[in-house]
Amino acid sequence: MSDVTAVPEIRAREAAAKTPRETTLADHPLVQLTLTRFREFLREPEALFWVFIFPILLAAGLGLAFRNRPAEVLKIATVTPELAQSLRKDKLLDVQLLSGPAAQEALRTGKVALLAEPGPTGTVVYHYDDTNPEGRTARMLADRAVERAAGRVDPVGASDRLMREPGSRYIDFLIPGLLGMNLMGSAIWGMGFAIVDARRRKLMKRLIATPMPRHYYLLSFLLSRLIMLVIEVGFLLGFGVFVFKVPARGSFVDLALLCVVTSLSFGALGLLIASRVRTIEAASGLMNLVMMPMWIVSGVFFSAQRFPDMLQPVIKALPLTAAIDALRANMLQGAGLPQVSGQLMVLGAWLVVCFPVALKLFRWR
Amino acid sequence: MLPTSPPAALCVRNLRKTYKDVVAVDGLELEVRAGECFGLLGPNGAGKTTTIEICEGLTTADSGDVELLGLHWDSDAKELRQRLGIQLQETQLADKVTVLETIRLFRSFFRHGPPPAEVIGLVQLDEKMNSRVGGLSGGQKQRLALACALVGDPDFLFLDEPTTGLDPQARRQLWDLIEQFKLQGRSILLTTHYMDEAERLCDRVAIMDHGKVIALGTPRELISSIGVEHMVEFSAGGAAKALQVDPLRQIEGVRDVCRENGTVQMQVTELHRAVPALLNELARQGVPLTELRTHSATLEDVFVTLTGRHLRDE
Repeated sequence: MSDVTAVPEIRAREAAAKTPRETTLADHPLVQLTLTRFREFLREPEALFWVFIFPILLAAGLGLAFRNRPAEVLKIATVTPELAQSLRKDKLLDVQLLSGPAAQEALRTGKVALLAEPGPTGTVVYHYDDTNPEGRTARMLADRAVERAAGRVDPVGASDRLMREPGSRYIDFLIPGLLGMNLMGSAIWGMGFAIVDARRRKLMKRLIATPMPRHYYLLSFLLSRLIMLVIEVGFLLGFGVFVFKVPARGSFVDLALLCVVTSLSFGALGLLIASRVRTIEAASGLMNLVMMPMWIVSGVFFSAQRFPDMLQPVIKALPLTAAIDALRANMLQGAGLPQVSGQLMVLGAWLVVCFPVALKLFRWR
Repeated sequence: MLPTSPPAALCVRNLRKTYKDVVAVDGLELEVRAGECFGLLGPNGAGKTTTIEICEGLTTADSGDVELLGLHWDSDAKELRQRLGIQLQETQLADKVTVLETIRLFRSFFRHGPPPAEVIGLVQLDEKMNSRVGGLSGGQKQRLALACALVGDPDFLFLDEPTTGLDPQARRQLWDLIEQFKLQGRSILLTTHYMDEAERLCDRVAIMDHGKVIALGTPRELISSIGVEHMVEFSAGGAAKALQVDPLRQIEGVRDVCRENGTVQMQVTELHRAVPALLNELARQGVPLTELRTHSATLEDVFVTLTGRHLRDE
């Protein structure tokens, strides 16, 4: 009986629900899921710091520490005006004319690299520390200046071509390394933490209780990753190129493609790491376990070649090594895709292996 | 066609589910009529959540059959998902996202349903529309979870312990909301271990214990089925040990007496006769009374009568 009275109400409700509603692109589940990913990320100040600010601070710090100084002028001391005059003919020497004791003191305290004194019968005596490269260089330069001033003519004429091109400095080596490291970190952390957190909160279970197609959920991670990539890479590369004049010699399209492939394959690795874990602690440990060795051996801060030959095949098969090698080849040598096909294959292999395994293992609840 | 009773919105037959060596659901039979609010009651571990999750298509049963809105999970999952509203126990929605953003997200999964702002109004969160979920109170979060279940204008609503952990005021507010949905003609399956909640909201209840339905009917039917209208509870403080229980059983109108720690519970049919007699008896035994309470029998008492245990006992 109460059922009978309920019927018109049901009808009314259904009619109201079925009135056509304006649906825009923004109401597409994939768009909404991706937007949510973005919001969660952008509203997490720590995440912003680690993804955007930290790599730049790191690059700036290391770039400053290892910057190439202009050709060094060596400070030396002497005690007679005649010697000083001869020595000053070499532009690489900064000659100070001091009294005897003051000159000795300057040498002892390292303020000058060398002290030139007139010796007996027109000779010159050099005081310097021969274990110090600056001292040895100063000795050579000073002696050359003195001999030439005295009229020596070099039998073989020589001229210099100076190589001070960007591309061979430490910062040039470092920026592609940091870029690779950053792509790895944000893909693995970004995917891993968000997924494990959603699983831990049972939010994932709640989502699969709706009609949301499951692949949209994973796809939204991918999409937000790719969009974030543009910002992230733009930030770091822009910084490197404009502040440190790091060269970007390769094709920009190739570089973009390399970043995308790198990001996808680390995304797949992140997904695999996060596929079953239920707690943030476990995920965090697992991620560090995977990433730590690569930070060390994959050539972020120093060349991977420094490791023994025996290990090289293993190191080269790591995704971060492949990514960084390819990025360096593109940026520093202007290599095209064919030259980095080996690295692309390594990255592709990680993607093709990790992604299906991750999907197979993935725990939705 | 014969004019029969309205078709069942949910029909569960011979459902079984075992986790390792624990039988969670043991041959369960259940029927929820269209437009009815049906309560699944029982202590923690009775199998309520497992049952509801099997009905929601989130867990697969070992055996048995679930027919929901005339559809089946193995063949009509997509259609079913569109027509169900689900609230899970202990879902924590994303903290950094606002109420409106959360509802828009959930709304995007459904073909039709009311606009997000309307759903938010329905659960009285208008003022919190642009607040982040992380800043909501427990009751507000629970209402948001309810809103998430309503975005698709569901025909069938599953509510798994919707008020657990809420303060009394927030619970009452949520009850009012659920009562409104009942009026809109939705079928509701609700689990709870609060008896007052079931008595207030549910048209019919099934009491579950150890994966089985041990009693089924309207709250009123169940309460009258134990043949006891009143419960008398008293404490005797330190003198309780000296109390002899047997003479209490002899009192007219007393059905049963059980002693639990310091308190004694009596099932009573005639309160007006039993209480004076009880006082006399206690005076005779020289046991001082420290506390005396009576209440009408509730579903809790039904459970105690049927199982000898309390619902909240773990």
